[in-house]
Amino acid sequence: MSRKGSSKVNTRKVEEQFFKTLMIIATLIIISTLGVILLTVIMKGLPALSLSMITQTPKGGYYLGKEGGILNAIIGSLYLAGGATVLAILISLPIVMYFNIYAPKKSLFVSACRFSLDVLWGVPSIVFGAFGFTIMLFFGLRASLLGGIIAVALLVLPVMSRAMDEVVKMIPRDLLEASFSLGATRLQTAAKVVVRQALPGILTAVLVAFGRGIGDAASVIFTAGFTDSIPTSILRPAATLPLAIFFQLGTPFPEVQDRAYASALVLTAVILIISILSRVLAKSFTKHVVK
Amino acid sequence: MQKLQIIQDRVARQVMFALAAFAGLIVFLMAFGLFVRSRPILESFPLFELLSSSSWHPLKGEFGLFPFLLGTLWVTGVSIVVAVPFSLLCAIHLSEYATRRICEWVKPLIDLLAGIPSVVYGICGVLIIVPLIKNHLAPLFGTFSTGYTVLAGGLVLAVMVFPIIIHVALEVFSSVPYEVREASLALGATKWQTVKLVVLRKAMPGIIAAIVLGISRAFGETMAVLMVAGNVARVPKSVFDPAYPLPALIANNYGEMMSVPLYDSALLLASLVLLLVVVFFNILSRFVLIHVEKGIQ
Repeated sequence: MSRKGSSKVNTRKVEEQFFKTLMIIATLIIISTLGVILLTVIMKGLPALSLSMITQTPKGGYYLGKEGGILNAIIGSLYLAGGATVLAILISLPIVMYFNIYAPKKSLFVSACRFSLDVLWGVPSIVFGAFGFTIMLFFGLRASLLGGIIAVALLVLPVMSRAMDEVVKMIPRDLLEASFSLGATRLQTAAKVVVRQALPGILTAVLVAFGRGIGDAASVIFTAGFTDSIPTSILRPAATLPLAIFFQLGTPFPEVQDRAYASALVLTAVILIISILSRVLAKSFTKHVVK
Repeated sequence: MQKLQIIQDRVARQVMFALAAFAGLIVFLMAFGLFVRSRPILESFPLFELLSSSSWHPLKGEFGLFPFLLGTLWVTGVSIVVAVPFSLLCAIHLSEYATRRICEWVKPLIDLLAGIPSVVYGICGVLIIVPLIKNHLAPLFGTFSTGYTVLAGGLVLAVMVFPIIIHVALEVFSSVPYEVREASLALGATKWQTVKLVVLRKAMPGIIAAIVLGISRAFGETMAVLMVAGNVARVPKSVFDPAYPLPALIANNYGEMMSVPLYDSALLLASLVLLLVVVFFNILSRFVLIHVEKGIQ
């Protein structure tokens, strides 16, 4: 090989090595940001976390550094995200069944709906909050658990329905036809065959939506309000964990800011548990699935 | 008995159709609802004036959104400049170079990054990035800064945008047929040459769509930015100036907006602007992505 040729091979190799190194560095940096975030939350939150933090509601002067905890926000968030998830399931499941079982193949309506849901997925949560607020003005509602549930349900609807859609799409057509040929209606097929077959995926979709709902602050800021007590009715305002973190961090007192870190640790732990749970469920709930 | 089942089936069909239609119309309902509520201010001032005026004094009845729009653009710009190279390099690494085992480890971690709530990003921004800018970066460039700046907002957003760009880019790369790569390798190209000249070129529209989706995510992100960007209603002049992005404005003033005339209308107009911009970006990139998928098959 001539000298010119070999030097060209060399630059190619150098370039290859250079970019490969860059890629590995980029990947490592991205992964380490996750590590840094988790470490920061744990290191800052763990010392401030105590049993009373998660078992008591705020007492008088809590935001000045006095006694109490964030039980109101924990319960409020669970109510809110739980209610929103249930509402979103009630809307998503029928939609997904319509897309995949009832609608004619290559229906323009279905493509348009899917497209619209994808676009809705990208809409920022603060806009859901503002829209929820306009709905509440329209019906004369005040900031309440109900308002929050509606806003968050709309927020998680695209996440949940598109995730379920992807799973139900994968069900082999033969399985549906076997069910039809036994004389089952489409409704029976949907309820008894499709839901069972897609159960692991549906559960994952539900958990992902719950996680998104419990972590979101911007959509509940107008709609759910904030309160120091645990909501007793769906028409009462409800505290949420993300907003509790935000408010505690906004105070000028270091003790209260420490509680914000502890609350962030609680929220992050909830998110981590949900994420791990959804992975485990997706693997283990396959008992009724025909392969 | 059988008749009952058939009737149930028909009713279910109607209900499901109605729900699907409702879901498809939510975006329009949102735009309509926000438009109705922002009409009072649109009737009092011309839209152009609202968007181009810099004076924001709700108590005096002046609602200029220009500083907030610019604040959003600055923060989004910084985040994209930081996020694009990192996430594309990472996506190329995962799709072209990494072994299956590495992918199995890295992808769930990136999913996890996507699932972290924005308040937690905000806290980490306040604890890490803000002091870093205040104590190290700003003195390095010979300026003083509190740390609550465009740069802080941009960096936090960049981390939040990583997962979305990586996710979409991975899908786009995987839709490039394997044969194309093999043809290039067979001609003696190195792996990187194949990536650069074949894969990236073929995936370009999809990559741009991924970036646009990232931009629209950054554009509307609220809580994290609200916590680190400083929130001063002035047009920023450098990355070390504070910014007051549009979403932060909306979230910050929910308490007082009902007591000042036209204030709520101005904030809902701001939400409408946000919605329209993001929907426009999303429609654009989704069309490209659908096109990319079809073009390959």
